[in-house]
This record gives sequence, C-alpha cells and structure tokens, in this order.
Amino acid sequence: MASGEMIVKGGFIIDPTRKIDGDVGDVAIKDGKIVDKVGSSAKVIDAKGKVVMAGAVDVHSHVAGPKVNAGRLMRPEDKFISGFCRSGMAQKNGYRMESGFSIPSVFKTGYDYARMGYTFVMEAAMPPLLAPHTHEEIHDTPIIDEGALPVFANNWFVMDYLRKGEVENTAAYIAWLLKATKGYGVKLVNPGGTAAWAWGLNCLSLNDPVPYFEITPAEIIKGLIEANEFLGLPHSIHLHQNNLGNPGNYPDTIAALKIAEGFKARNKFGRESVMHSTHLQFHSYGGEGWKDFCSKAKEVMDYVNKQKNITIDLGCVTLDETTTMTADGPFEHHLHGLNHLKWTNVDVEMETAAGVVPYIYDKNVTPNAVQWATGLELALYAKDMNRCFITTDHPNAGPFTRYPRVIKWLMSKKAREETIATMKNSDRMIGLTNIHTMDRELTLFEIAQMTRSGPAKCLGLGNVYGGLAPGMNGDVSVFNLNYKDLPKDAEKIETALQRAACFIKGGEVIVKDGEVVSHGHKKTVWVKVAMPENPQVTRDVSQAFTQGTYTVDIRNYPVREYLAPHQSVIDVNVEA
Amino acid sequence: MPKLIKGVGCPYCGSSCDDIEVLVSDDETKILEVHNACIIGTNLFHHANDPTRPKLPRRRQPDGTMKEIPYDEAIDYMAKTMLAAKKPLIYGFGSTNCEGMSAVARIAEKSGAVLDNCATICHGPSFLAIFDNGYPSCTLGEAKNRADVVVFWGCNPMHAHPRHTSRYSIFPRGYFTQKGAMQRTVLSIDPRETDTAKLADVHLMLDQGHDYELFDAFRTVLRGHDIPDVVAGIPKETIIKSVEIMKNAKFCMIFFGMGCTHTDGRNHNIDAAISLTRDLNEHTKASIMAMRGHYNIAGPGQVWAWQFGFPYCIDLSKGTHAHMNPGETSSVDLAMRDEVDCFVNVGADAGAHFPIQPVQHLKKHPFITVDPNFNMASEISDLHIPVRIAGVDEPGVVYRMDNVPIQFRAVIKGLPGVPSDEELFNKVYERMCELTKTEPIWLAAKEDRRYPESEAVI
Amino acid sequence: MATVTLKPTKVPELMFEGYSITPDAFAGKTAAQIAELPGHEGKIHMKLGDFFEVSGNAGETAADTDIVIAGDCTRVKYIGARMTAGTVTVNGNADMYVGGWMKGGKIHIKGNMDSFCGIQMEGGELLCDGDAKNHVGCAYRGDWRGMKGGTIRIKGSAGNDIGTFMLGGTIIIEKNAFIHVSTHAEGGTVVIKGDVEGRVGGQMVRGEMYVLGKIKFMMPGYKKVDTVEKEIDGVKATFDHYIGDLGERHPKSKGQVVYANLYLKAAA
Ligand code: SF4
Ligand SMILES: [Zn+2]
Repeated sequence: MASGEMIVKGGFIIDPTRKIDGDVGDVAIKDGKIVDKVGSSAKVIDAKGKVVMAGAVDVHSHVAGPKVNAGRLMRPEDKFISGFCRSGMAQKNGYRMESGFSIPSVFKTGYDYARMGYTFVMEAAMPPLLAPHTHEEIHDTPIIDEGALPVFANNWFVMDYLRKGEVENTAAYIAWLLKATKGYGVKLVNPGGTAAWAWGLNCLSLNDPVPYFEITPAEIIKGLIEANEFLGLPHSIHLHQNNLGNPGNYPDTIAALKIAEGFKARNKFGRESVMHSTHLQFHSYGGEGWKDFCSKAKEVMDYVNKQKNITIDLGCVTLDETTTMTADGPFEHHLHGLNHLKWTNVDVEMETAAGVVPYIYDKNVTPNAVQWATGLELALYAKDMNRCFITTDHPNAGPFTRYPRVIKWLMSKKAREETIATMKNSDRMIGLTNIHTMDRELTLFEIAQMTRSGPAKCLGLGNVYGGLAPGMNGDVSVFNLNYKDLPKDAEKIETALQRAACFIKGGEVIVKDGEVVSHGHKKTVWVKVAMPENPQVTRDVSQAFTQGTYTVDIRNYPVREYLAPHQSVIDVNVEA
Repeated sequence: MPKLIKGVGCPYCGSSCDDIEVLVSDDETKILEVHNACIIGTNLFHHANDPTRPKLPRRRQPDGTMKEIPYDEAIDYMAKTMLAAKKPLIYGFGSTNCEGMSAVARIAEKSGAVLDNCATICHGPSFLAIFDNGYPSCTLGEAKNRADVVVFWGCNPMHAHPRHTSRYSIFPRGYFTQKGAMQRTVLSIDPRETDTAKLADVHLMLDQGHDYELFDAFRTVLRGHDIPDVVAGIPKETIIKSVEIMKNAKFCMIFFGMGCTHTDGRNHNIDAAISLTRDLNEHTKASIMAMRGHYNIAGPGQVWAWQFGFPYCIDLSKGTHAHMNPGETSSVDLAMRDEVDCFVNVGADAGAHFPIQPVQHLKKHPFITVDPNFNMASEISDLHIPVRIAGVDEPGVVYRMDNVPIQFRAVIKGLPGVPSDEELFNKVYERMCELTKTEPIWLAAKEDRRYPESEAVI
Repeated sequence: MATVTLKPTKVPELMFEGYSITPDAFAGKTAAQIAELPGHEGKIHMKLGDFFEVSGNAGETAADTDIVIAGDCTRVKYIGARMTAGTVTVNGNADMYVGGWMKGGKIHIKGNMDSFCGIQMEGGELLCDGDAKNHVGCAYRGDWRGMKGGTIRIKGSAGNDIGTFMLGGTIIIEKNAFIHVSTHAEGGTVVIKGDVEGRVGGQMVRGEMYVLGKIKFMMPGYKKVDTVEKEIDGVKATFDHYIGDLGERHPKSKGQVVYANLYLKAAA
C-alpha cells in the first residue's frame, strides 16, 4: 500500500455503488484508500476525456493451483503458433517473462489482469489437500489480490455429516478447512458426481444417489447452504451444477436454483444472495442431442430474474482454442470422448477430482456457435446487473484476456451481428438461439455493475472492492473511452478495455498506457472463522489422518503462514 | 533433553514419506535417532551429521587444486560467469525445495540460461508423453483406498521406493481396501525377475525394449481384436488373462518406472500406457502414475510450469519468451552439440549421472556445482558452493510423485554460515542486478520470506 | 528471379539461429540489408553478416528470391523455416528445423540434416540428398496437428519419429528408418523404401504407409487383409495390405470404420 496522496482528475466517473453514471469528477486517494479530498500537493493523474471506474473484481477464474498447472504443463503448444511465441502482450521492459495463451503463466496472469484494470481475482476451485500448491502459485502471481475457494461438495466428511443431517458439524468442518487451507468460501463442483467419478461414475441429476454415501446432489447443495448461512460467511455457496455441458440440461439447472428458495442470507458483509451459480452458460441448454442443441437462456434467466437471493456469472464462450479444466472429473472424461484430444485427470483422495482437456470453440461448428450466443443472451436477458457477472470461466469457455471482447459483444448489437455473419452455419445458429432478435446493448454503467459492484458484493467484499466511495481500496482503472462520445466502432471499446490507460491499486500506479510499470503489493484474502471447538469434528478429522485414509501427516496438511504472505484475513465470529 | 520431532518428511525417494520421527539433540545440531523411515531414508538423515560436510565454497586454482573461498567471492564469480556466458545451462534439482527452484528461475531469466532438471535423464520421456496424450492420474491415497488391481510396469519399488508398497500400493488397508494385500491383484511387467515381480500374482517377463508392442497388444485385445500368438515374448493367453484382470478391476492402478522410460522409443512407451489407461476407463476406473525418483523431482516440473509454462528443458536465452523442445533444449543434447558455454549443476550429480561424453563437452567451459555434499560433479567443478539440505536443515515445499505438495520441515539447525539454495540464488540474483544495473524483481509475495527462519521444532 | 548467395565465413561457437534465412525475410532487400538481418547465438543478438558474406540482392517478393548457401551450415538452425515461397539451396549440411512450419517454396539440402526438419510443415518441398536425424515432419511437442501438406524427400536414411501426428502431405525416406513411423497420425502418406526396425503406425488413426524393405518388428495391432498391386513413387510392386492400429480408436465414414493402411512389399 502506498502512502501519500493522489488524485485522478476530471474523468467520467462510473461507480454503481454510489449510482454515479458518467459524471465528470475526481477520485482522491490517500494511504491506499479512497478519501473525500486530498491536498494540493497530491500526485495528479489526468483522466480528462476518459472513463474512470473502480478496479474490477473477477468472481470465478481458474488461475492458480494444481489443475491450472496440469494444463500449463500438458500444453507446450499453447505457448506457440507455428513456432512463434504466442503471448502477444509480452512485456518488453524487463519484467518477468510471460508465457502462454489460454493458460498463462503466473506472471502473465498478474500482468494481463492488471492491464485490464482488475484488482481482485477469485481462484474458483482449490483441492484442499493441494492447497499449498495453490498458495505457492498465488504468491508468485504479481499485483492482483486473490482468494481461493476450497471444494466441498464431494468431500467425504461433508457427505457423511450431511447424510446424517448434521449441519452444525458440517459448518465446524468448513470452518476448520477454511483455516487449514486459507480458503475463502464454499465451492461446490458437480455435487456428488465428482465423488462418484472416483469409481468412474457420475451424478447427472439432482436425485442420483452418490455411490456409498447414500446422499443426493440436492441434499448436498441444501445442506451446504444451511452450513454456509449458519456460519455467516462473506460469500454464499458457489455452485458449479451437475450435468454441465449436456444438451437439455436447463430443467436440472432451474431445479438446482430452486433449492435456494426460502433461504435468506445471514451475514455481516452486506451479501444478499445465498447461492452463486457459476458459468451458467454451460447449464442453459435445450435439445435432446447435438443436432437440436439450443439456447434456453431465456427460460433460465426468467427464473433468475425473479429469484432475488441468487447471483450468477456467465461463462461466455469466446470462440478461441482454449483449455477446459474443472473439478468436474467425469465431464472432462466425457469431453475427451467427444474431441479425442489429450486428457489429464487428477483424483484427490477424500476430497475431489479434476480433469483437463484442450478444446477448440469453432464458430463454424453449430453447437459452439450456440454456446457463444447462450452466454451473451444470459446477460442480455438479465434484469438486475448487480446479480449477473462477466466471466468466461477462464479458461474453460475462453481466456480471461477476452473479457473486453465479451463486453464489446454485450455493448454492441453490431459487433454481435458481425461475428454471426462470419459463422458458416449462421442461419442454423440463429434458429437455435434468440441472439439475433435481441437489440439490447448494455451500458458502461451496467458493465461496471457486472465487473465491479456486483461481484464485490456477492463475495462480501463490497465495502473494500468494486466502488469508489471513501474508505474503499484505492483501486482505480482509467480507460481511453470518451463516455459522452463512445466510439461507433465497437472494436475500439475492446481495445480500450484490453489495456487500461492507467490502473492504480492501493494508491500505486501499476499500469500506465497499457504497460505494467510496477509489481504493486498483492494480497492473499481468506476467511477465518472463530467458533467454539467441536470435539466430534476434531476427532473425525484427526482419525482420517491417523487411521490412514489420507496419505499425508495432519501436521503437514495446513498451509503454513509464509506461503501466503500479505494476508488479508476476514474474521467471522460464530457465537456458541 | 533430546527432542522428538514428528511428521517429518524424508528427503530421499519419490515416496516422500512424511511420517518420519526424528530424535534430535537438545541443541538441535545432531540427529540421534530416526524412526519409521526405511534404511535408505534413515541413512540419509544420519549422513547429515557427517562432520566433514563442506562449510565454505571452494574454487579451483590455476594449479588444479581446490581452495576454500568466502561466500561473497563465490557469489560474485557465479554471477559474473553466468552473465558472461552466451548460453548457460542450469541442471539438477534432485534435492532442492521448491523455494530454491523458484529462486533459481530469476537467475536463469537474468542470464538467458537453459533451465533443466534431472527429469531430462529419467522421467523426461514421461513429460513428452503427457504433452502428447495427457495424464489420467490420481493421488496415492486413491490407490491406497480403492485400487484392487495394481500394475508395476518397468519399476521395482521394493528396491527403489522401499515404503511405496507398504504405504500406498500393495499392503496398506485403505477405506475400500480393508483387507490390504489380500484384496489386491498385483501384476508386474518387467524383463527382470525383480523383488517386486516376485511379489506379483502375475509376472509378464517381456523382451527388453518391446514395451510399446506389448501395450499395443493390450489395447488391441481390450478392443476385442485378435493379436499374434506371441507379442514381446509374452504368449497371447497371458496377455488376454492380464487384460481381463485389469478390465474387471474396480480400480486399476498402473505405476510405471524407468524400465519404460529408458528403452528405445521412451516417450512412446508411456504414451501407449496412457492410451491404455484411457481405454480402461471405458470399462472401469483406471489411473496411471510415474514412479518419480527423488523426493522433490516433481517440484521443478510444477514450479517452472507455473512460471514459464514448461516443466523442463526451458530455453530462456531469447529474453522475450521461453522455448522448450527436448531433443534440442535438453541438457545432454545441448552438451553433446556444444550449444552451451557454462554449466551449473544444482543438487544433483551430473558427474555421475551423465554419460562421459557430455561431461567432457561441458568441462570445456566454466563448471559450477551447488550441492550440500561432495560428489563427482563437485570434484570436477571450477567452483563448488555448499548449501543446506532441504528437508534436514532447511524447510520447504516438495512435490511427492503424485504431485501432492508436502511442506517439509527442518529438523536440525543448519551449519553456521551455509545458506539455503534459495538464499544463495537470491544473493546471486542481487549481484547480477548490481552488475547489470537493473532493479531486482522480487514480487511482493516474496518479500516476507527472502530469508526465512528455519523452524526446527513445531 | 534473383539469387542471393551466402558464403559462410565463420563457424558459430554455439549454434546460430538463422531464422532470418528465408526468401520471405530477404524479399525486397539488398545484400547489405540482408547482412543486417537478425539471428541469435545463445542470448547474443547477431546478424547474418557475422557468419556469412552476402552477395546479390533479393527479388521483390519471396517467390522471386533464390537463396544459395555456398558452404556448410552444420551449426545453423531454422534454415527456410516458415518460408512461403522461393527457394533455398544449401551446398552442405544443415542443423535443426530446416523447413519447419514451411508453407511453400522449395528447399534443397545437399548434405545431411539434423532433427525436426519439416516440423509441422504445411506446403512446399523439402529435399535432402543425405540423411536426416529424428522427427522428420513431426508435430511440435504436445500439438496434435502435425505435418499438414507438402513433400519431404530424404534420399538417405532417417531416425525415429517420422511423421508423428501427421495429418497430410508426403514423406519419402529412400533408405532406412529406425522406429516410430506415423505414430498418432490421422492422415498423410509415408514411404520408406528401405527397412524399418519397428513401431510402424502405432496409435495411428488414419493415413497411408508404404514400406518397400522389411519391418523387423510388426505392431500387434495390424492385421493383414489382402494383397494388392500398387505403384508408389515410381515403384510398382505387390504389397501385403494391413489395417490398424486396431488398438486405437477409429472414426466412421459413411457407416464404415476407417483404419490406417500399411502396404508392406510382399516377399518375392
Ligand atoms: S520410502 Fe523413500 S521417502 Fe520413504 S523413508 Fe524410504 S527413502 Fe524415504
Ligand atoms: Zn470454473
């Protein structure tokens, strides 16, 4: 955090947290925080004629940890095209070397997020046993603040407690595990299905019993909502649903969303949702097979729009060659069976699994084109942009470096039509989606809700990230866009958002004219729950180590302090 | 009063057992007793007590003798030599923690070096196979809790990974394998009658160098096609029987070792084994794992993959981007083709492990060894810099053969004045930055642990 | 047509990365400008002029440019890599990556080549009068898109990994090959006029292979289906026709399973 004063002067300010939409004004920063005003000696950043927003917040991205690295390792070809280095944005001024496209190296990850004005990124799935690995990568990633969500929904302890209806024990276990892994919240990936995958099986519907555990995905989801709200964590449960990617999955999706009905958020962090349903694009399909595979974004969003206690992110397909990776082990195996490209799998004892498969989203392949439309439609149907966030489920539907392109499509019907026009089967795609009939063009204010105020609030971080109100972090992004005269050519919006004119984090200038000029002071953000000792959970956990279902020593399981430097710990107190 | 330290990791083989108990002297300078470890592991800990361990760098003199020099002088020499070289090669990391591997990457970038590790002469072919075909694997606990069929292909854990079979693969009682060894069918595929082969229910003694054909035969049978009467010296009936065993397993675990990676066609043997694993997943659950040799030889593959996107053979000489192509950028090839003009051997013994010709080529240029002990490489070096022993007097993260990170601890105090790998490399990096008048890049995340305290007793 | 002649003047201490030695890079440049074109020796930025005496100006375009290297290039990598048109002739040996990723034009190496020549080639012709080492016309590590088009002809022998992950084009080895021919291939044609040690067509999905000599060790996943008369590269013969690799997956086309074909010259 930089001491001293700074003022970003004369820009068009867009700050949904204070309902400011393009008013010309200044943003003052002192000692790393936004303040009302600063003295005349403050360093001046001229933002005249430019758009000024808070630093952006990514609610769901796979940027650090074992499966991300498995992807990097297995794909040397991701770094080159025809033998040429592929990282077009490589820094020239002597900073750490950048590498990779769909799964960038940690250095490139930090630099590229900073160049787009991002300040916080949530690593979306951390296998608890491998948490030290995730933290090692986080501490090698420059600039951005990061948290990581441990996965819970296929964890033997969780399934066992919930089968017996023991919500409090589940909560105590969550508290222990968050502390042991320095994790942020409760991630669910294909509840029950990933556990079934350890025997080569899956749970495609919410009521498929998990082998050996006598519990269903629906019960796991409900139980984890209850445990999450019992603890009052900053973030709601973060759900990757069952039956991902399959034609006709949207009724299952809505059924899972309905589990949230009747629950009310219980926390001190300003969060209102009880369920975050991630990369909804992959869950909003109709059709019985690939021939009639179609978008059901409207049906899904009709439900989301009226159900106020859920939030979603898009998972937009960007039409790139990318790398899919998820703790949804059975899905990756299934995908490999479709495209026959190399397949990596990592089953993790007692806890979870993961798979990695390269994938090419080809705009000329109709199902891929339909997926592209579905992701965008979700946003275009959304009524409350504070509950709908921009992601590409990086790198699953496309690399995060394409966010500016996604925003371009959302802000410009013309840009969408231009892309449709290049598709070989555009007529077929149009028949299977609604995108062609949709005229809505999102505003920069709405984009700011989807990338700043919305995700920050959903993560329970709304008091520090995602806005420019006094007291919040001094994270400011400035873009070369004239709010009063936005370019007719949407390409220019993409270009401007790809490389910020200026990005300030914690009161320090990190990016200038699109280039990284400082490594800043990144933080690791995690949630520490203080609650009365639960002897049963303590005993159960220690038995799993001593009686040998785990293969590591319990003393070596918790992430050591030094691996997560610059910790920003969020304390949660649970009364007895 | 001696102190008993529990949950200690063993810094020897790829099993990376972390249930070792070590009794140390009151002043934490001597290891008195070692419990739970196998003989190799026990010896390794006791060896750390060796009073003749080097405490100062040694530099070769014009008359050929080695003379002790201060660390600062050694650091200066190493920085200058690497900067002056057109293309230095940094090799090794068989016994270094991940902190050291991360630190050495800065030096490599700064000096435009090639960064390689011991995998280049052991499991490098496995990486090539992973590049081409992926890696359907799991953690060792999955094997322990579920595997009812275990295949050892070209590996002999009874010898090379003594506690592997008792902790993970044959004998342990896991959650779904309560009957331990009784519940497991063991197949050994090895041209030799090894101790592991003797334990196996079925031993396929194949002709040396014909693993690829045998894997293909397994796959062909699995798809319901006929095969010749004998493949790789194994009768058709035995192959069919073995395929049936694997296919009917609830969970089939395949471990492969250097027997596969060190015969002709190396990477393709593993590649075919991966294809077989994949095919088996159409019928049941199957997983495959490389029997990595050293306790943290999976580490450089991880650390450098997140830093540069490649696990080994990383050519950083362009400065703008990393390039990797084993066969070209691999240590032995670089040496044989005279493509490097400075050699840094870290925590490994290139002197003993490389064939003689590449060593002769490398010896034409400056040759530096960073290692806690004397070894063949240190004795032919122009400079030998001793460091602490990761897992003995230096803590840190290591990656077990299944890529599970294990946070190793130090059990005794390091020799006074002897730095860890990380401290040494950071100092070399700082010196390089001074010499090139550039700002060091530590990244905020590193600030806190540039010189970590060793935590001997927890 | 304009000819640029490079006369080697100095043997690089390490390897010289001569990625600028292509008609595309030379096009439109004078001899003096060509001598200024970049290359690398280790981390040192070098120029072509540091290792070659350049004479003759290039043509307007790559197609109008012929490059002749009047001497040995044993320690020069990337000759003709990524070229799209024109010609390159080397009167001697060449190191790795000759014609890698090339799209068009013609390369003629009069001596031997090292490994990775014609890697991921898409078009054009690569002719070598001597032997080639390993990985002729293969894919880059991890890429499933190997050689897509063009022709590689090696008049001598080649090592291992010929046409790995090949999708199209033709590779002809006039003498012997070691192991791994067309591994993982999904197309293309490989002709070996001499003998092969083994591992021919392992994990192969689609494509053609012709072996006019002997295969010491056949893959067990290949099955003989018939005997056919065929002409290949000017040789007419009776071939035993095998399909495979039966251990590998195979796509269907019009209801029929498609296999890779191996034509092995029948014993006389
Ligand atoms: S098996 Fe390996 S890691 Fe375990 S004690 Fe023996 S040498 Fe050490
Ligand atoms: Zn995700």
